[in-house]
Amino acid sequence: MRNLFSRTVQTTIVFLVVGGIMALALGGYFSSSSNIFTSSLITVQAWFSSRFVALQDSLTAPRDITSLRQRNSELESEVAELQAQVIQLQQEVGETQILAALVDFSRANPENQYKAAAVIGRDPSPFLQYVIINRGSNDGILRGMPVVTDQGLAGRVDAVIADAARVQLITDPAANVNIRLQNAEEEASLVGSVTGDLTLELIPQDTNLERGDLVLTSGLGGGYPPDLIVGQVVGWRDFDLFKEATVQPVVDFNRLKIVLIIVNFKPVDIAPLEPAP
Amino acid sequence: MRNLIAVPVIILAVILQSAVMSSIKLLSGYADLPLVMLAAWALQDEVDTAWHWAIATGALVGFVSGISVTVPLVSYVIVVALAQVFQRRVWQAPLLAMFSVTFLGTIVLYAISLMVLQLSGIPLPITEVLGSLVLPGILLNLILAIPVYAVMRDLARWVYPLPEVE
Repeated sequence: MRNLFSRTVQTTIVFLVVGGIMALALGGYFSSSSNIFTSSLITVQAWFSSRFVALQDSLTAPRDITSLRQRNSELESEVAELQAQVIQLQQEVGETQILAALVDFSRANPENQYKAAAVIGRDPSPFLQYVIINRGSNDGILRGMPVVTDQGLAGRVDAVIADAARVQLITDPAANVNIRLQNAEEEASLVGSVTGDLTLELIPQDTNLERGDLVLTSGLGGGYPPDLIVGQVVGWRDFDLFKEATVQPVVDFNRLKIVLIIVNFKPVDIAPLEPAP
Repeated sequence: MRNLIAVPVIILAVILQSAVMSSIKLLSGYADLPLVMLAAWALQDEVDTAWHWAIATGALVGFVSGISVTVPLVSYVIVVALAQVFQRRVWQAPLLAMFSVTFLGTIVLYAISLMVLQLSGIPLPITEVLGSLVLPGILLNLILAIPVYAVMRDLARWVYPLPEVE
């Protein structure tokens, strides 16, 4: 009986103590001591955690870096390869567009026979406007043959070796092309310059010039076939006897890549017929 | 046998001039790589074949260019002569000599070109040529002078190695 009483009292005391502690804890009386306890626990746990993560990193990181580096180099080489492919494809697209334009031009002018050639160089002297092409006498190219692009007249063959030729552009200071103005129905002489500008000389004073007048080869002199487009009149100056006009060429001579040589045109050399000065 | 190095170097210089340098324009002028290369080669102490290089380069440029072969031939020989004079007089400042030879050599080349073209009956307005062609050409040649001099100096040391001192 006594044991039962004492056990009941003990249980009651324990409950009271626990309940009291809980009541005190819920009432916030243990907050400072519980904070110290939990913070020390957290500190210990953080210390263990950080050491464990460091250990884990030291064990696993080298393998990851090696594999990542390998993967990175693989991807870099793949990117470089793809970039090279893109550049190559862009070049091919550009060349295809040029060739398609040249094919259109040759279809539009079926009376001529053409041979395509790539521009592989320019004259080493800045005083002259010549280009070097990769077709020569082995391909049937002869001196004097006219050279065109899909836009219009570019020049004529000046010198030929077996597998290459030098083309004098119409912008060369020594070049002289006999032309006619389509609207004005007048003929004149087109000359180049060291800066690549084209000038129409010897235009009769009574000629009615307009901006945008089309300039075509006249075929006079036998140097070029007639009716090849050369450019457009962009301005002119009046002199006492003649007018002088500036011509914007239709061909972009700075971006000349592929040209067509008219191989069935035989130039006529009229030099022996010209009177001696 | 070591003089045969001239063959690939001169051919490479003329190819680069025709394919690359002539496309890098400032106004209408561009650099003359064979001229700068010759000037740099002739200024090297060990080199004694600069005259041969000048004639070979002049002949090759004359073959490729539409201009008379005498223009590059005479101009490049004069460039080598200038280089020899400057090498003796300002040997302590090779870069100064390089700039001087490049500057004067370019002027000589352009003057001879202008003269020959005028004699051929090609009208060339002097002011236009000076502004859009000669001055940009000189500037580009001077810019090109430093890297070309470094390359040719290394080439000269490789072709003519200094004797080892025991």
